[in-house]
Amino acid sequence: MIRVTRKIEFSAAHFYHNPNFSAEENRRVFGKCNNPHGHGHNYVLEVTVAGEPDPATGMVLDLKELKDILQREVGERMDHRHLNYEVPELAGQIPTCENIAAVIWRLLEPKIARGKLDRVRLYESPDLFADCTAESNGSRG
Amino acid sequence: MSRPIKISLTRRYRFAASHRLHRPNFSDDENQRIYGKCSSPYGHGHNYSLEVTVSGAVDPATGMVANLGDLDPFVEREVVEAFDHKYLNEEVQEFVEDVPTAENICREIHRRLKTFPAARLERVRLEETSKNSFEFDGEVGGREQRAP
Repeated sequence: MIRVTRKIEFSAAHFYHNPNFSAEENRRVFGKCNNPHGHGHNYVLEVTVAGEPDPATGMVLDLKELKDILQREVGERMDHRHLNYEVPELAGQIPTCENIAAVIWRLLEPKIARGKLDRVRLYESPDLFADCTAESNGSRG
Repeated sequence: MSRPIKISLTRRYRFAASHRLHRPNFSDDENQRIYGKCSSPYGHGHNYSLEVTVSGAVDPATGMVANLGDLDPFVEREVVEAFDHKYLNEEVQEFVEDVPTAENICREIHRRLKTFPAARLERVRLEETSKNSFEFDGEVGGREQRAP
């Protein structure tokens, strides 16, 4: 099996706030991320698709197609958006790296026509990222 | 078709430390042959980069596998404060007793971090330089273990 990874970058704003928490609790749990004016990141998304290369083309999937899917499903939804207000899939969720990665997985999984979505890795900064994989992959990150 | 998913969170930390690869029970020749430059008597140092990966259920109230407000001080206390700007061979007890190769440092970091209470420690990955990296997920042996 071969794993193919494509990268896309997007910039977005967010803040963390749970309406069920008191103001004090929000500040304690979320720290600086609770600032109601929001702040932003340059997110880097790495999407990995696993499969056997098609003998006719030598490719697991057409990377141009994957690039277009990433642009359509993620870029257009999230780039230069405020994740708390402008992305319906995140409504009612705290837009953490973990939750955004899971939303991206659910958006992409049905769109991958050849091979299988293997991993969504979302960097919020070079020092922090979340991985989303299929549970059956066991401990593989 | 939608498969159940698993989420992990990885955070990078940094520390700078010196070490020397040398075993007192080896002869000078053997130390030189096995460890080469790394055996030089005064030690040398690296800028280590450490990736710590934790996994678990995402808490719906916080959207988090682990709050960095908990993970950061834990790793700082257990590893960074203990290793940063130290001579590992003399200032970290475990490496007074065993040679501080990156492999052994990885295992020691895993041992120190596996008690993190808020999420499961998935793996540690240590970059000794930009060209060398080492990973440990706590599993000993495994399918590819070679015959002794």
